[in-house]
Amino acid sequence: MKELNRREFLLNSAKAIGLATMGGLVWSGYLNEAKASPFILRPPAAVPENIFLSKCIKCGICVEACPFDSLKLAKTGDGLPIGTPYFIPREIPCYMCEDIPCVPPCPTGALDLNLVSNKETNKLDINKAQMGIAIVDNKSCVAYWGIQCDVCYRACPILDQAIKLVYQRNERTGKHAFLLPEVDSDICTGCGLCEKACITKTPAIRVLPRDSVLGSVDSSYIKGWDQNDEVRLKDVKVQKELDGGIGDKSAGDYLKNMEFSDDE
Amino acid sequence: MTNKYLYLRRFSQFIILFLYFGANVWGWNILMGNLSSSKLFETIPLADPFALLQILATGTLVSIDLIIGALIIVLFYAIFGGRAFCSWVCPVNLVTDLANWSRRKLNITGDRKLFLSRNLRFYLIGLTLIVSAISGLTAFEYISPISIFTREIIFGIGMGWGVVLSIFLFDLFVVKNGWCGHICPLGAFYSLIGKFSIFKVKYDLNKCTNCMQCKVVCPEKDVLNMVGKNSSFVSDKECTLCGRCIDVCNDKALEFHINNIINYGEKK
Repeated sequence: MKELNRREFLLNSAKAIGLATMGGLVWSGYLNEAKASPFILRPPAAVPENIFLSKCIKCGICVEACPFDSLKLAKTGDGLPIGTPYFIPREIPCYMCEDIPCVPPCPTGALDLNLVSNKETNKLDINKAQMGIAIVDNKSCVAYWGIQCDVCYRACPILDQAIKLVYQRNERTGKHAFLLPEVDSDICTGCGLCEKACITKTPAIRVLPRDSVLGSVDSSYIKGWDQNDEVRLKDVKVQKELDGGIGDKSAGDYLKNMEFSDDE
Repeated sequence: MTNKYLYLRRFSQFIILFLYFGANVWGWNILMGNLSSSKLFETIPLADPFALLQILATGTLVSIDLIIGALIIVLFYAIFGGRAFCSWVCPVNLVTDLANWSRRKLNITGDRKLFLSRNLRFYLIGLTLIVSAISGLTAFEYISPISIFTREIIFGIGMGWGVVLSIFLFDLFVVKNGWCGHICPLGAFYSLIGKFSIFKVKYDLNKCTNCMQCKVVCPEKDVLNMVGKNSSFVSDKECTLCGRCIDVCNDKALEFHINNIINYGEKK
């Protein structure tokens, strides 16, 4: 190889770095687009989506293990993170096998057995799965029209817990009751049997990823009447929670000495 | 001229794909998964070590199964296989071989419009890991035509044929052996880990008649630089052990041999 002088060396290095940066940026940009599809339902025991996307090696062993062919691998052109497993409840829901065949073979831990195991008995418990959450559209659910339909309630594998029927007087007729399906998000696994069973043209009850739908409350609000809820206060450091932070000063000092006491 | 190794290679490539396919469609448990990660007889884990590196680069931990699987593969190619993954396992090889063959039949030569360094693929290994670290995703696994091709054969066909066709056209019209020899970081990775493997092609100057048929068919013809000069092992890390040079050699000047590692330096 020919000897490079310093100028050529610097120029070549700059070129290489420039090309690598360009390639890296385009590539990263593509990857960012590739993962930006939140409405995808993962197999049971999937770790949180952002970790799942880096852990899943796209081998499809979970797909092969699924006895109902619920799970599929995202193909090119599906508009989903390529090669990762997912299911579409309206086509084939998750039938919540008690032995959960799809989870143990996962080679990377993208599906984490601990998330579907009962810690006390050390046994598998598919009811702990959190694949998604069923959401009812009360405008297209015929139960809200006053027509008796409890198909989703009957289809639910955690009967009368994940979906409850709420009785309500039908003021229109004055003598009938609404039997309204209500989902308990603590119990619903997102298996999608309700969505599969729903009788409307487009299902009035649908499973969506929990992150896309469920809210969360920080420690500003605590159920004072519920001892369990106060646990959430345990590790809270008050100073950090206030805007701007008042450091070691007491709240009184803060009010006296800071901008609030200014006349301007 | 025979086609012994060509047929053996095609058999190996197809049987692997067929076993994967059978695992998904008919529930066979001989070889489950795909080239990224598989289970042999439901017990022995196998994993793509380059995919494992990418996962680790994203900063996530993985299970011990995957690490064992990747180690088995690394050891196999480091000791025996060399870069044989590229020509005996990888299905993209079917496409690039077809492109190379078409290139010869259509007599497409010279007049290169695009110059790519053969070292590019080694730099791409580094870039893959950097992009994985930045994006938090296994960068190459999201675009790898190898994974896309195998997955879509095993799990159902999507738009992957477009990717495969692009590689074919790229190799046919733009750069000879462009994908495998210049771009693919997975092949580069196997070049590196297989550098000192014991199976090598051995060249015998005394039998050679300098017909140069071997250089015509070799996809990495730089590895045959000793032909016509001196007898030695083809020890360059780019040799994929495809055996095509052995097939076309009418003088038996090229044969597979086990390289004695202890005398590695002398024989070279």
